Amino acid sequence: MTMMPPPSTLDRVSSRPALSVTEVSHGFGRRTALDRVGFTIRPGDFTVLLGPNGAGKTTLFSLITGLYHCGQGRILVFGHDISTEPSPALARIGVVFQQSTLDLDLTVDQNLFYHAALQGMARATAAPRIAAELDRIGLAARRKDRVRLLSGGQRRRVELARALIHQPTLLLLDEPTVGLDMESRGFLLEHVRRLCGEQRLAVLWATHLIDEAGVDARAIILHGGRVLADGPVPTIIRDAGVPTLKAAFDRLVAAAPAVAGDRP
Amino acid sequence: MSEALSSIGEADRLDRTAGLGPMRYPRCLGGIVRREALRWVHQRSRFVSALVRPLVWLAIFAAGFRFVLGVSIIPPYETYIPYEVYIAPGLVTMILLFQGMQSSLSMVYDREMGSMRLLMVSPLPRWFLLTAKLIAGVIVSIVQAYIFLAIAWFWEIEPPIWGYLTVLPALALAGLMLGALGLVLSSFIRQLENFAGVMNFVIFPMFFASSALYPLWHVKEASLTLYWICQLNPFSHATELIRFALYGRFNLLSMGVVALFLLIFMGLAVYGYDPGRGLIARRGGPE
Repeated sequence: MTMMPPPSTLDRVSSRPALSVTEVSHGFGRRTALDRVGFTIRPGDFTVLLGPNGAGKTTLFSLITGLYHCGQGRILVFGHDISTEPSPALARIGVVFQQSTLDLDLTVDQNLFYHAALQGMARATAAPRIAAELDRIGLAARRKDRVRLLSGGQRRRVELARALIHQPTLLLLDEPTVGLDMESRGFLLEHVRRLCGEQRLAVLWATHLIDEAGVDARAIILHGGRVLADGPVPTIIRDAGVPTLKAAFDRLVAAAPAVAGDRP
Repeated sequence: MSEALSSIGEADRLDRTAGLGPMRYPRCLGGIVRREALRWVHQRSRFVSALVRPLVWLAIFAAGFRFVLGVSIIPPYETYIPYEVYIAPGLVTMILLFQGMQSSLSMVYDREMGSMRLLMVSPLPRWFLLTAKLIAGVIVSIVQAYIFLAIAWFWEIEPPIWGYLTVLPALALAGLMLGALGLVLSSFIRQLENFAGVMNFVIFPMFFASSALYPLWHVKEASLTLYWICQLNPFSHATELIRFALYGRFNLLSMGVVALFLLIFMGLAVYGYDPGRGLIARRGGPE
């Protein structure tokens, strides 16, 4: 049987950056939420977008996913401009939103099939994908249960599974661990990092929790709508001349000029 | 040349395997309709109240007013009719309006809860997603309208049997128009605190200033201004379209007005949900 490789396969071996953000600024009225933000993420990169609440993380995610129009600067997803070619760009993105977006009254399966339909997938194509993703997060036995019956950590895992059904090659997670216990946090982080390594998935993980950026991760520090630092965690620590990432973060934020950020 | 061709071929293959072929449209629509139906089934209280409301109007209000309001012979009726028969089409339209507002309210709720975001990250065009959402809501409201008509049969609202068939396109068109109005409201209003606001500012004015409860010639005798307000109210025309269709007759003016308002409301809704031009971008902050 000859099968076309899915686009994800081609993206994974592609030399194009998974996500390229260039000189992106965005404001709400007179308030500047993002100020000339730029960075690149390659396939297989695990990048932590680190910033306090109100740094502009959610605004950046809204621009990357096309919820807001990117008026200043450019955002490319595997070479596709989100403003001019939203369809192929969005087809490559999987998102885990800050707030839960599951329908509590529907079952896990119904929620996941709904997402697959939104992606234009046939039910026959979606079924094995859903089974595989649920299996991977250890919730295959709960697929017929209503989401309301699941714990907070389980719901988050379902949302991660949902974001991966259509085999995206760029995964965006906006504060995915908020409100979760240590065990669930650890599971989620480890799971996503494994995907990154095994499938060359490009990941942008936004958080205000500094310890989620492990020593082997790459971090982008966002504060007041500006990128204060971007690089491997050890390099950021070394450049700041302090012993920990927390200290480096505090030093960078203290040195940054005050700007009007957005609210969380 | 061959390089260019092969890259076009690659792009095409990419699109098809990513679920981007033409079949993605019906699949997406099917998924949205299925979700709307499932939500409707799960929210039984919403279903019951949607049905009880018009029945209360029919059983109590209409019975009380039966001897107050005389309805002369006006098209599409061919004989004198009891008041219940007169207001039934208006109550059907009210079901459509309520459902349209309910789904607009759920859109606002969805936006706050984030599931609107889920819809908006679909790779399908935004106008299509909004239309699919609208169609899903209309299908649910048509089912409700038929259940009401079936119960109303016991109140001697007995249109000709083929009327139940000819009313279907009228229900669909009127439902789409009122649903599109809901979409517009959901895109332009940031927060609808609760349903009371919609009741006061949308549903009641539209319902009362229309031909749903009294024939417009009655209104004309009372106030010419009110008469024109009723005439310009799309709800009047939705009601008349349904009233005529229920008796196998076609009302061209009403159909034209309803279709026109559908286009206007849909245009405004697509504008409102456009990230570049609409109000999402200007609203002043992430949601």
